Amino acid sequence: MTEFLQQLLNGISLGAIFALIALGYTMVYGVLRFINFAHSDVFMVGAFVGYYIGRHVPEHTLWGGFLALAGAMAVCALLGVIIERLAYRRLRGSPTLNVLITAIGVSLLLENLGQFFFGATPRPFPELFPVTTFIVGGVYVSSNQLVVIGVTLGLLLALEFIVHRTKIGTAMRAVSLNPKAASLVGINIDVVISFTFALGSALAAAGGILYALNYPSIDPLMGVLPGLKAFVAAVLGGIGNIPGAALGGLLLGIVETFVNGSADWSSYKDAIAFAALIIILLFRPAGLLGRFTTEKV
Amino acid sequence: MIRNLPSVACSLALAATLAAQDTIKIGEYASLTGKEAAYGDTSHKGIVLAIEELNTHGGVLHQKLELLTEDNQSKQGESATVVKKLISRDHVVALLGEVASIRSLEAAPVIQNAKLPMVSSASVNSKVTEAGDYIFRVCFVDSFQGVVLAKFVQESLKVRRVAILTSVNSAYSVGMTRVFKERFLADGGTVTAEQKYSEGDKDFRAQLTAIKAAGADAIFASGYYTEAALICRQARALGLTLPVFGGDGWDAPALLEIGGAAMEGTYFSTHYSPDNPSAEVQNFNQRYKARWGEVPDAWAALGYDSAFVLADAMKRAGSTEPAKVRDALAATKDFPAVTGHITMDAHRNPSKSAVILTIKDGKYKFVSSVAP
Repeated sequence: MTEFLQQLLNGISLGAIFALIALGYTMVYGVLRFINFAHSDVFMVGAFVGYYIGRHVPEHTLWGGFLALAGAMAVCALLGVIIERLAYRRLRGSPTLNVLITAIGVSLLLENLGQFFFGATPRPFPELFPVTTFIVGGVYVSSNQLVVIGVTLGLLLALEFIVHRTKIGTAMRAVSLNPKAASLVGINIDVVISFTFALGSALAAAGGILYALNYPSIDPLMGVLPGLKAFVAAVLGGIGNIPGAALGGLLLGIVETFVNGSADWSSYKDAIAFAALIIILLFRPAGLLGRFTTEKV
Repeated sequence: MIRNLPSVACSLALAATLAAQDTIKIGEYASLTGKEAAYGDTSHKGIVLAIEELNTHGGVLHQKLELLTEDNQSKQGESATVVKKLISRDHVVALLGEVASIRSLEAAPVIQNAKLPMVSSASVNSKVTEAGDYIFRVCFVDSFQGVVLAKFVQESLKVRRVAILTSVNSAYSVGMTRVFKERFLADGGTVTAEQKYSEGDKDFRAQLTAIKAAGADAIFASGYYTEAALICRQARALGLTLPVFGGDGWDAPALLEIGGAAMEGTYFSTHYSPDNPSAEVQNFNQRYKARWGEVPDAWAALGYDSAFVLADAMKRAGSTEPAKVRDALAATKDFPAVTGHITMDAHRNPSKSAVILTIKDGKYKFVSSVAP
């Protein structure tokens, strides 16, 4: 039983990070109908920004941790806006395949720039937040795991609030529904799309820092694998759907952890995760919470 | 990448100044970027130092050596490509590389087909030299290292029950696990849990939780340092205080940087310790430090040795003709290398001793040296 609870906690904290990255994929998809493959590399940049800020603020302090988190989110929000402005904006209206290939190009560019500037060797990530371990009924809970779960939950609620309760959120939903009609009623589409990228990239940065806190070894290719998993999570939950992305991430994290913890099946963990995806999509082609028409972000 | 630039630039400069004369072209394929860059980088620096020293002493057979280096980015599939390029376009007469077994395994058949001699610096997987009679190495093999570890944990650490964590897509890790387990079981030990992960994984909490439930006296993490450091950290965070140990794949400065305090009381076997007081080692340390400004690790020493063993074979063969160099390599006897005297056996593997290191107060500490 202790083992089960420990694995469940491991799964939830891993899934929370997948969820955070998946939110970024899903937001951009919801508004622009394309997969921003550079997202996982913005995630990596976020971790590196956190690394550099972390060297200038004292370790093990709450304010230092949140400063690094906020700094990385701000830098990556800006990066997201720049990427959209330089790479994607000119392609708006052209076939989605062109944008998709461009996104892969941007992703490779970021990875290789990362290897050039940061070096390819993995680096240790500083312990930004105070670290303690609680033992509850035999289950070891690290404070970093709680930070991950808390920050993800907070950002998820903030996102729901922005999308459903604010003016810019309404504009985002309008652009998602029908860009032409939205611009006809006076919505500045460029601003809305820039904002979407800023928000998505800030979430990726937060994901990067939380990931690095839990797995403190960062390198320029660290985003590839979690990025892929988060993409799967977004599709699993119904791409374009915010609670769906969170649910998909959690589910994937938990399934992966349990498969990993079993002695006989751990070599097949990715196969099992993707098989689950295929089965769910067979029964629910739009994902777990996806609907074909309404409430796309 | 940045770290490698000076060395790449230097070998290019070396190539440029020497290209005018008739040179002996030696190819090197290495992981200069990517996941295993920490090994590839120092191994490359060791090779560059060796080539420079050979050239300042008049080269080999009155010809200067020219090193042509290709980066395989630690990626699968790249080694075969860059090696083909070195062979067919640059017409190298011999090849040096690689540290990671999986990439040596990839390049070795290509080199064997071309009938060129290859000397691997640090690929310990037994299968590497089985690729053919042109493939050599200057390090011990995993079957020896696995036995050393199994004996050490049973006799010195009194470990009877061990849990194993293997990286399923690393030829090195799979080989180490197989050999260790065979010996450990034969000596009466038990393996309580066998968990697996893939290269690039960062979350091991699931496997470690299962290991904790199964119970063990020690954990054998048979993969590379990138994972080993995170495994130790996560094990400590889950309340597992037992000793963790591994093989030479742990030997990298980043192990301590990433692992931090979690590495205390862990053990690993490797090829070489810079603390070894022997004159050969200390001399090499000084020259390497003067050239690169850092203390050499095992990969630097093995890279250095691989170049010297090859050059020695060329001198004895009196020619750079691949078949003759091959025969001379196979006849290498008692060559005084930095990592120990090298005598090639019938399977083109040297028999050498291993050292066991532990980590205490954030520093490597020499435990023992185990002769074959």
